[in-house]
Amino acid sequence: MSTETQDDGLEYNFAYLDEQTKRMIRRALLKAVAVPGYQVPFAGREMPMPYGWGTGGIQVTASILEPDDVLKVIDQGADDTTNAVSIRKFFQRVAGVATTEKTEGATLIQTRHRIPEMPLHEGQILVYQVPIPEPLRFLEPRETETRKMHALEEYGLMHVKLYEDIARHGHIATTYAYPVKVNDRYIMDPSPTPKFDNPKMNRCAALQLFGAGREKRIYAVPPYTDVVSLDFEDHPFEIQAWDNPCSLCGETNSFLDEVIMDDQGTRMFVCSDTDHCTTRQQQGYQGPGQEAAE
Amino acid sequence: MTETENLQTPLLSVQSVTKTYGPHLGCSDISFDLYPGEVVGIVGESGSGKTTLLNCLAGRLTPDAGKVLYTDRLGSALNVHTVSEPQRRMLMRTDWAFVHQHARDGLRMTVSAGGNVGERLMAGGARHYGNIREQALDWLEKTEVDVSRIDDRPDTFSGGMQQRLQIARNLVTGPRLVFMDEPTGGLDVSVQARLLDLLRGLVSEMGLSAIIVTHDLAVARLLSHRLVVMRRGQIVETGLTDQVLDDPQDAYTQLLVSSVLHP
Amino acid sequence: MYVAVKGGERAIDNAHRLLAEDRRGKTSTPDLTVDQIREQMKLAVDRVMTEGSVYDPDLAALALKQARGDMIEAIFLVRAYRTTLARFGSSLPVETGSMKIDRRISAAFKDVPGGQILGPTFDYTHRLIDFKLAADGGDPEEAISMDDAMPQARHVLDLLAGEGLVETPEASQDQAPPGDITRTPVEFPMDRSTRLQSLARGDEGFLLALGYSTQRGYARTHPFAGEIRVGRVAVEFQPEELGFPIQIGEMEMTECNMINQFQGSKTVPPQFTRGYGIALGHGERKAMAMALVDRSLRAGELGEERTAPSQDEEFVLSHCDNVQATGFVEHLKLPHYVDFQSELNLVRKMRRQVEDGIAFAGKEAAE
Repeated sequence: MSTETQDDGLEYNFAYLDEQTKRMIRRALLKAVAVPGYQVPFAGREMPMPYGWGTGGIQVTASILEPDDVLKVIDQGADDTTNAVSIRKFFQRVAGVATTEKTEGATLIQTRHRIPEMPLHEGQILVYQVPIPEPLRFLEPRETETRKMHALEEYGLMHVKLYEDIARHGHIATTYAYPVKVNDRYIMDPSPTPKFDNPKMNRCAALQLFGAGREKRIYAVPPYTDVVSLDFEDHPFEIQAWDNPCSLCGETNSFLDEVIMDDQGTRMFVCSDTDHCTTRQQQGYQGPGQEAAE
Repeated sequence: MTETENLQTPLLSVQSVTKTYGPHLGCSDISFDLYPGEVVGIVGESGSGKTTLLNCLAGRLTPDAGKVLYTDRLGSALNVHTVSEPQRRMLMRTDWAFVHQHARDGLRMTVSAGGNVGERLMAGGARHYGNIREQALDWLEKTEVDVSRIDDRPDTFSGGMQQRLQIARNLVTGPRLVFMDEPTGGLDVSVQARLLDLLRGLVSEMGLSAIIVTHDLAVARLLSHRLVVMRRGQIVETGLTDQVLDDPQDAYTQLLVSSVLHP
Repeated sequence: MYVAVKGGERAIDNAHRLLAEDRRGKTSTPDLTVDQIREQMKLAVDRVMTEGSVYDPDLAALALKQARGDMIEAIFLVRAYRTTLARFGSSLPVETGSMKIDRRISAAFKDVPGGQILGPTFDYTHRLIDFKLAADGGDPEEAISMDDAMPQARHVLDLLAGEGLVETPEASQDQAPPGDITRTPVEFPMDRSTRLQSLARGDEGFLLALGYSTQRGYARTHPFAGEIRVGRVAVEFQPEELGFPIQIGEMEMTECNMINQFQGSKTVPPQFTRGYGIALGHGERKAMAMALVDRSLRAGELGEERTAPSQDEEFVLSHCDNVQATGFVEHLKLPHYVDFQSELNLVRKMRRQVEDGIAFAGKEAAE
């Protein structure tokens, strides 16, 4: 066996994984698309990034990537976070595909924790990195039991959790990884995206694929599929809202990151979706922060 | 259910049920019927196989031989151990209820009292928080749990209160058949008396059909219409409760009865 | 003004350069060679091979060098490399019964056919730091070598199985071909072959602690080290077109057969049960711990009540893989700004509600 270092990405197959592995993952993806929200077990491989760094999403992306794809990678909504940079570089090296920071121009977007603010269009694919695919996991630790609960649609326990939230806090206190029901059948974990993003999943024009590498599960939401956030009739689902607009672009309807500016605790709020924010600024929108700086 | 029509059809028919654990006998060749509205007590000393039998009846254990037939709402007889798992689990959360000896086996200790009572409602599709809460309050009241404790977790409750909460959680959906495993076991005598009183009230008020396992003949006398006396895995005597306790035929039953003070 | 708090490409590149510098250490110290690691850090190399699931001492030694001696990191490197290897086929099961033995002991019998062979072991050393090694201790004294042809011996447990005193491996296994956890998704409950694979790749420390817990009373299995053997086994491959097996090489392996608690009844004559452990290279601690845990996980099959962590298949097998474990624990270092922001907003909102409530109640009281 060769122990030479392989610094040159060209020595690997296109997009790193061998074709047999890609085929295996594509089969799982097809099944996932056919049964929306159902978690399909797949024989996840060891990838050159650690588990927890997005190996599930990376394997899904690697299996469906084509040479003429345009790839966008975001983490926390931003293209320039360290892990997004690292994953984008990986695919540049092992697949040589074009990359972009523009949501609009991407054919494939791999994401961790956010859905872009701009509505996705037909033909685009959004690949989510998922740490714990099982929405029932923290209510029931056993895989054998949770699979049964899904099979039999025994979802009462999920509402018990929401009931507890309301009883204790007066409202549902789940802010991210907020459970949804897909196509009126399976309860699904949308990955740790903020619940702010849940409505974007519903009847989305793009194909949404979810990969959990460590737990070895793939699931999917096909285009234009119903995705409903769980709630009670008298306590309907609500998304987060901010008191202030984005300091940079003035957007009032986007997820904002809080940035602590100095030791006195001065804060500013800016769009977590960096592409959305810069696009708006280029279009001439300004936020209160920009005006103050001028 | 139209009681008059169904009086002839047993709700639960137990036919030659046998369960062994390796060389150890659990229960052997047990047969009896439970009719709608009836409470049957299974009595015997510890180790007599009562709990094994109860678990077989409730589908929690699979017997080695024999069968248990349950008559569902449509009047068809289901074999408890050969129906599909979805069907059995559906029964367990709708038609049936199981009250454990230790409340913590039957409660979610980290979920509030209201959540515990509401779970079966939500499992059945209830999606209105206000209504669920109202029913939970109603049942807490019925089972004499202080309604101001609705948002407290059961691990902050006394033993008797936990047991009453477990009963509320089980009865909230109006089950057709209730299994109880030593429901008063492990409680103080005064607490036992109150719980027994409550159970007796609910049983007659709701016309519950129930199978109660107990080693306590006083409990059996208060709650059950008929008795099944077990020893070493076998039935030694059955009959109406008063008849068995006041005029026991079997030598073992006589010993059992004479060893306790009459109420 | 708003400064980029999010990291960037340059930061990553520089971090990699710093890492490389740190790995090398002071350049006045000679660079460590892969050969040195392979020859003198053999037990580390062996563990990397076992838990990395690749038998390649050179590769494992290189991984250790690159990982700066961090075992799990080295195991991880080997696993990721393994992903890229094409698979030609599967070898035939290795015959550990025809192992060329370096070391073989049984704690159950004073003497066994084939003998007790101590071999290279720390067991009877005094754990005193040998300062001679620091001062370049020179070459060690030559040991009395056994015959060049290494001895072979039947498994000790086979001797007992002949009498029916211990279960045969066949009795506890179905005849289906063994699973492959690197190629098919695992599902619970697992068959024993798949379970053994997971354990063989599992973290030595985790299995050691679990095995230890069974000895301390969390599901006791009354183990006896029936046999531990270390040596070389032939690896045979049968190409489809050839129709007969050919030997493609040799591997060093460590195998442990535990003899455990007997079972039986009035009708079934009592028999000892067994637990099995195996590792690539020389890995006795791993093989023994694995055998203890394997036996413990057979609780269901053997009709024992499951009460302890070591008997809980989902608990043990879902958490024994150190590459998975380290990934998920360490991923907490990745940004979670968005989730935290969501929680932050919620807590603020809830605090406001509480404060408003208190203010309201105070006002009411005052009126």
